Amino acid sequence: MVESKRIDQPTGTETVGHEWDGIEELDTPLPRWWLITFYASIVWALGYVILFPAWPMLSGATQGYLGWTSRGQLAAEMKADADRRAPILRSIAQTPIDQIPQNERLLRAAIEGGNAAFKVHCVQCHGSGGSGTPGYANLNDDDWLWGGDLATIQQTILDGVRQPDHTNTRFSQMPAFEGILSPPEIDDLVAYVRFISRQQKGNAKSVQGAALFSTNCSSCHGGNGQGLREFGAPNLTDKIWLYGGDAETIRTTIRKARFGVMPSWRDRLDPVTIKMLALYIHSKGGGEASPSADNADPKKARLVNGKP
Amino acid sequence: MASLEDLTGENQSLYAKRRQVFPKAVDGTFRRLKWGIMGIALAIYYITPWIRWDRGQYAPDQAVLVDLANRRFYMFQIEIWPHEFYYVAGLLIMAGIGLFLVTSAVGRAWCGYACPQTVWTDLFQHVERFIDGDRNAQTRLANAKWGRGKITKRLAKWSVWLFISFWTGGAWIMYFADAPTLTHDFWIGSAAFVAYATVGVLTATTFILGGFMREQVCVYMCPWPRIQTAMLDEKSLLVTYKDWRGEPRTHGRKRASEGALTGDCIDCEQCVAVCPTGIDIREGPQIGCITCALCIDACDKIMSQIGKPRGLIDYCTLDDAKIERSGGIGKPVLKTLLRPRTIIYFIVWASIGLAMLFAVSERTRFDLAVQHDRNPLFVQLSDGSVRNNFTINIRNMEARPRVFEIAIEGLPKAQIWDENGEHQTATQTIAVATQADSVTKVRVFVAAPGIGPARSSFSMIMRAQSNTQVADTEDLVFERPGGGQ
Repeated sequence: MVESKRIDQPTGTETVGHEWDGIEELDTPLPRWWLITFYASIVWALGYVILFPAWPMLSGATQGYLGWTSRGQLAAEMKADADRRAPILRSIAQTPIDQIPQNERLLRAAIEGGNAAFKVHCVQCHGSGGSGTPGYANLNDDDWLWGGDLATIQQTILDGVRQPDHTNTRFSQMPAFEGILSPPEIDDLVAYVRFISRQQKGNAKSVQGAALFSTNCSSCHGGNGQGLREFGAPNLTDKIWLYGGDAETIRTTIRKARFGVMPSWRDRLDPVTIKMLALYIHSKGGGEASPSADNADPKKARLVNGKP
Repeated sequence: MASLEDLTGENQSLYAKRRQVFPKAVDGTFRRLKWGIMGIALAIYYITPWIRWDRGQYAPDQAVLVDLANRRFYMFQIEIWPHEFYYVAGLLIMAGIGLFLVTSAVGRAWCGYACPQTVWTDLFQHVERFIDGDRNAQTRLANAKWGRGKITKRLAKWSVWLFISFWTGGAWIMYFADAPTLTHDFWIGSAAFVAYATVGVLTATTFILGGFMREQVCVYMCPWPRIQTAMLDEKSLLVTYKDWRGEPRTHGRKRASEGALTGDCIDCEQCVAVCPTGIDIREGPQIGCITCALCIDACDKIMSQIGKPRGLIDYCTLDDAKIERSGGIGKPVLKTLLRPRTIIYFIVWASIGLAMLFAVSERTRFDLAVQHDRNPLFVQLSDGSVRNNFTINIRNMEARPRVFEIAIEGLPKAQIWDENGEHQTATQTIAVATQADSVTKVRVFVAAPGIGPARSSFSMIMRAQSNTQVADTEDLVFERPGGGQ
């Protein structure tokens, strides 16, 4: 093709020198701003390649003069966040759990921290709202097997319930009455338990059940079936049932007994997290006041005494 | 601007180089009006943030304050919370309709007198005249070679411009924080970065837009002249060169004395010389005309010197221009202002204002918002009753701490208590203490007998203890087991 560059008259611009069937193309120079931006990008890229990881090598990549890595950035951000939270976590660690509710700021932080930890460690059994499932306690209500004040909840979390090979764990064992009592006797007991929990009217069977109850059950569940926290024995007169209050479930419970296990968290979580968990669970609406003398609030003290 | 030759001639070009404008000083009625409006506008702008307004110990004492950090807007006795932003929207709508009203009544008066671009450009031009001299001296200086004199004058002018620009940006940030504190912090270097950045940006924009870009902002950048062009009608006041009186133009009185047909325009070009946007009004209405009326002042002066009546260039509507051209007498200016269009705009504008004033005076300064906890929806209690948990947010929008009473209604034998209370002693009401001008979040528990429908409607009613006349009611649902959770 013949090179015939010329200046195009109307535009004053040089042509590229090619011609197809009389059609020519203008060789319009790049706009100055575009060219400057382009060169600036090259300079920027050079700087970037020197300062930051850029070239892939056989194992890894060039490090870059600044030594920046995304993992390093994450670690730094996590550390900054940990440093930010450190003072309040230290305060929570140093304050006795009974006194934290008196400090609004500590309490809010602890409840939030407990909420976060609960969603990681506890929801698997207790549910995301802590409302439990059959066999796993509802933490929202006002019925506590082992006690619902702050220190007791903390203790339960620390050492667990019936955690095997753990000396301080909360422990009790209900006997399986299948074999000890005959099926009609068990039926009588079921009738009695359903009578004292006001689920059915008294009848001849429940009267017989009362005698059986006082011989076999009252040592743990109390003479009136009101339960005993020392053994984690549930109150049988209220509306709350861990496994179920219908006749069939009660019968199964008496025949086979129950042996619910909650792990000890002492070795799995740090003390501050456990403290925050206790405060969170206590705040869910069913928490009880601490029985200790240094609790100045008379209303709360009364609440403890008012508990059956 | 591009002439016809530029587009069609040998050296056709789509680009028109700016012809720098050196407006001449002028005195007259409209120049004085412009002075007055400029003074008022600048005074409002610079002084407003320094006005104090006592709101008690719990709220700032700055009369006009946009407290972005705490999400409050104070304007004298009115305090606006973020959820009341519709008042600001209302103000913006009023500003929009106000511009419609002004445009349909007096044309581009906003552009000519009150627009910040006009006011600051005007201010900068006065500085320019003070340092460089009037139009001719300015032109000479612009064409002069760079020497000691020119550099000195340029540096002096730019320094004064920068000084004004800096104070323009500096005044702006005072609206967003306590002015005396911010001034102190600003100078000792401890103000927020955004304060310095804002001052920097506004200093730069004021310096560039007021000092160098000037009329190009109005002609090329601003959308408003385009919108106004659509808003103007044949009854809007425009700065009009009365060509039926001025044409044909003569250069001086000589030709007139020779008996030729002459108009009043002696082609002295004073109207062009004083124009801050550098247009020739005799070419007719155009987008470059901001209707500042300085050409009217200039022309009136010449007319009085040559013994002709004033008003060869004057405010005039297109309708009146038609009448006058055919020999009639146009309506007086005030009469053109009152017509259905302006009256309707005014009624709309005033109704929005009155409605907002009414709404502001009638609004309650507290608010209750209740959220039902959803996980779990309800809790079975050991005594057979059922508890529902709620998270309530109380807005105390007055600048004093207040105690609110929240009562439950419509739920028989129900009890309500908060985290400090207990079920056994709970009643139908709780009291919540709130801080001044703040939102208080409280978790509350409501218990009711377990026997009942799966969902029963009830309400929480909140009243301030200090004034039980006004209440805020929140309609809620109490959930019981068996509701198909």
